[in-house]
Amino acid sequence: MDALMLDGNAVAGLLQEVFETEMTTATGTCAFCGSSMQLGAVHVFRSAGVVLRCPTCGNVLAKIVKREAEACVDLTGLRALA
Amino acid sequence: MEGTALLGRLNWQLADVLDVTPETDRVKTLVLDVPGWPGHRAGQHVDVRLTAEDGYQAERSYSIASAPNGKHLELTVECLDDGEVSPYLTDELHAGDKLELRGPVGGYFVWEPPVGGPVLLVGGGSGVVPLMAIIRERAATDSDVDMRLLLSSRTWDDVIYREELERLKGGGLTVTHTLTRAHPEGWSGYARRIDGEMLAEVGPGPGDRPHVYVCGPTPLVEAVATALVALGHEPSRIKTERFGPTGG
Repeated sequence: MDALMLDGNAVAGLLQEVFETEMTTATGTCAFCGSSMQLGAVHVFRSAGVVLRCPTCGNVLAKIVKREAEACVDLTGLRALA
Repeated sequence: MEGTALLGRLNWQLADVLDVTPETDRVKTLVLDVPGWPGHRAGQHVDVRLTAEDGYQAERSYSIASAPNGKHLELTVECLDDGEVSPYLTDELHAGDKLELRGPVGGYFVWEPPVGGPVLLVGGGSGVVPLMAIIRERAATDSDVDMRLLLSSRTWDDVIYREELERLKGGGLTVTHTLTRAHPEGWSGYARRIDGEMLAEVGPGPGDRPHVYVCGPTPLVEAVATALVALGHEPSRIKTERFGPTGG
């Protein structure tokens, strides 16, 4: 267990900034194990950016790095986002 | 999917600090007036941003403590000794000051009367804050939903909202405390960390399919979520809000 781990809802503000809508109740599907979960339930790790991991298998679902008025967003670990 | 997005929409705004009231030795409630506040749902939070004179900025998320029908927005903040933001909020901020925030954000860790019950709320320390917004919402809407709060605090004096919880309990709301560090003489309640046995005693059991909300330091949330699943609760009905090693 990593004591620094947070939940997807901890980055609700950042997700809303990037997607311009509430995203913690959106459903993501892990591209590795296929499990689906609300983004509020994913595991979140913060450092220079934010990493979202699948709570089932640990696969990296998304990486978001803010750079002034832009955000670099990598969603390759998500098969679907609805 | 990969790319760069222009950031927008969710705007920072200035709130007026109306009051700063102590809850415990280490915890204070900020009473804010936010011009044009769009309203919120119980369990949502706001992002708070502090800007230093040299332009350095620090952001943190704080759960909203007040019920949606409240006239003012209330945040309850625990002062963390090594915190970057919380000592300013609890020790430096005064009535008449401004505070930069944005929100409300989040829709996942939310309870509203249509969600129904039974509801099990499990909190550790200041993890009670979003749970209190839910309890206040239940009271404000005269809901009779079966709602049970299990709250872990270090000592009796560290119990946040202690008197208000005493006032609100009854009529379908139960409040159970466990004190992990010290307890008053004659204390007959729980005096250990939350475990499966305690969760089973507080209930409701998995057969009643309660909506479960767990908020607190990450180690507590991990232990509680694991124990709940071991008791047979459905993982999809357990919503968690971890706030790191000791807090945000």
